Amino acid sequence: MKIAVCLNHVPDTASKISVGQDNQSIDTSGVTFVVNPYDEFAVEEALKTKEKVGGDTVVISLGNDNNKESIKKALAMGVDNAVLLKTNEIYDSLSVAKILANEIKTQNAEIVFFGKQSVDYDNGAVGQMCAELLGYNSVSVVVGLEINGNKVRAEREIEGGREIVETELPVVITTQKGLNEPRYASLKGIMAAKKKIIDEKIPENCSNYTETISMKKPPAKQPGRIIGTDATAVPELIRLLKEEVKVI
Amino acid sequence: MNFDLGDDYELLRKTVRDFAENEIRPLAKHLDEREEFSLEITKKKGEMGFLGITVSPDFGGQGLDYLSYIIIVEELARVDASQAATVAAHNSLGTGPIYRYGTKEQKQKYLPRLTTGNALWAFGLTEPDAGSDSNATATTAVKSNQGWILNGQKTFITNGDTPLTIGATIKARTGIKEGEKKEFSCFLVDAGTPGFSTSTLKGKMMWRASNTAELFMSECFVPEENLLGKIGEGSKIMLSTLDSGRLAIAAMGLGCAQGAFEMALNYSKTRKQFGNFIGNFEVNSFKLADMAMKIELARTFLYKTCWLKDNNKSFTKEAAMAKLYCSEIAREIADEALQIHGGYGLMKEYDIERFYRDQRLLQIGEGTSEIQRLVIARHLGLNPIF
Ligand SMILES: Cc1cc2nc3c(=O)[nH]c(=O)nc-3n(C[C@H](O)[C@H](O)[C@H](O)COP(=O)(O)OP(=O)(O)OC[C@H]3O[C@@H](n4cnc5c(N)ncnc54)[C@H](O)[C@@H]3O)c2cc1C
Repeated sequence: MKIAVCLNHVPDTASKISVGQDNQSIDTSGVTFVVNPYDEFAVEEALKTKEKVGGDTVVISLGNDNNKESIKKALAMGVDNAVLLKTNEIYDSLSVAKILANEIKTQNAEIVFFGKQSVDYDNGAVGQMCAELLGYNSVSVVVGLEINGNKVRAEREIEGGREIVETELPVVITTQKGLNEPRYASLKGIMAAKKKIIDEKIPENCSNYTETISMKKPPAKQPGRIIGTDATAVPELIRLLKEEVKVI
Repeated sequence: MNFDLGDDYELLRKTVRDFAENEIRPLAKHLDEREEFSLEITKKKGEMGFLGITVSPDFGGQGLDYLSYIIIVEELARVDASQAATVAAHNSLGTGPIYRYGTKEQKQKYLPRLTTGNALWAFGLTEPDAGSDSNATATTAVKSNQGWILNGQKTFITNGDTPLTIGATIKARTGIKEGEKKEFSCFLVDAGTPGFSTSTLKGKMMWRASNTAELFMSECFVPEENLLGKIGEGSKIMLSTLDSGRLAIAAMGLGCAQGAFEMALNYSKTRKQFGNFIGNFEVNSFKLADMAMKIELARTFLYKTCWLKDNNKSFTKEAAMAKLYCSEIAREIADEALQIHGGYGLMKEYDIERFYRDQRLLQIGEGTSEIQRLVIARHLGLNPIF
């Protein structure tokens, strides 16, 4: 059984993001990059799945040499093999999905894990798109998973509750916080990762389906307003909540 | 010259940082308050591989270089000195001498257990009347049938009396005849040996979650095969162990300084007085600039010293300098970082209070600042009088 996990290298959510000179991309200078947090659940689940059903794990990442930092973390956690689809282009969700789907096909992976979304562009679409392109089943925002032979039983988070879905391999699973506790890379893992080779491939050219016209920062948050400090302020507060903020 | 640490060291640093933030930070205050050694965290550190860092995989270790070890200690100390101390003492002082001077049998007997996190080993050099003056060792070992009889006492011994401690390396005087030149040797004394007992020292100001103990030897029989190294090599084994150990104490100073600096920087950007963030007042911003500079200097020099060691060059003078500098800037930075916190810095609710206490050992343990200056001065061809 081949198990694939797709991994993105994204700005740390704690870093301060500013828009670049071109008004179309973010300024990455001084920004630290990390493994996309949701992808850590994907890596952990891939490893757990391997421990249960056996097989081989491969991490696939699309991006430039900097992505190797995140790939190495996955290798140190215990993933067996790695592919870097090397490019300096910035692709939109569908192009990313096409490139990844191609590689997943090459790898012959029957179980594929993605984080439910990347915290950079936050589209939350690549996993499902990949499934569609590959003709695989797909369950998204998964918080519980059991794979038995060909059968897949997944719990997913929905508004106000949980939904249980049953399907079959091959499958794409997108992972949500709560599915597992990602393990630390142990020193043994870090040493072992040094010996693993990252297979670098140049992905086929792909043209984007969307175009970024411009980026801007959201307007600065308005400071709070104190309407009053006792009960007499309540009617005015209710009026503002109704008319100005329109939340009640 | 190449100052690029590379991805592998960065991955190591990030991994240890995550571990320290998630597994240690939430418990550090509580353990400090209760003066409690944590079995749980020690076992987790063992699972991570932190208790056999430089030991070869042949004996269950990780086979990493010294720089990796130093980065691990630095990152642990950035969050909690006690947890860093357990790791530093076990690696440098506990397993270090067995790994470097042990016979194949001794290494096979002890190291595979000592690298797992299920067992700790202590280093018994200091005695009530032999601190800086380690030549004053009064513990004796007298040859008997097939072994040695030890008598004496050790004090301030890190990891000496935990439920995981399986023994200690003891320096004892073997040449004890009148008029003879003092001769010292080292012995591996297993916990549970009749006549060997340990007792935890309570009431420490710092490193309260690290175990510090007294060891007592009373007509304690140690078999011949537990002699470490050769007869007469005791001082050499102990002193060379301290050379390496000093790098780990330096790493504790660096990590402590880094942690204290980060707290001060954050606080100075959130605390407002006179309508301004206090970090914007020139005095405070200059203080923070000085802290950042000292930390960079300390780190650069400590890593260079590790490079000397990893490349088998002599590093005794540099180790003394690194230990001295890193531990002294830890004091300066913890002190100024506390000042930036004002009255809140004196409250246990703020971690800087713990850091302020914890740094104080660093100028004393494994050779006081005065002794480091002595070592450096001797390398300059001077012969300080004392
Ligand atoms: C928490 C803790 C953990 C420790 N862990 C261990 C351990 O695991 N194993 C171990 O063997 N030891 C350990 N030690 C002992 C430590 O190494 C000693 O405390 C240290 O070497 C100093 O010895 P002392 O305390 O006897 O001070 P002293 O040697 O009595 O020194 C007192 C003062 O006199 C100064 N002084 C002494 N001689 C000179 C001189 N020639 N010139 C100028 N000034 C001088 C010193 O610098 C110091 O300021 C530990 C200590 C502590 C507090």
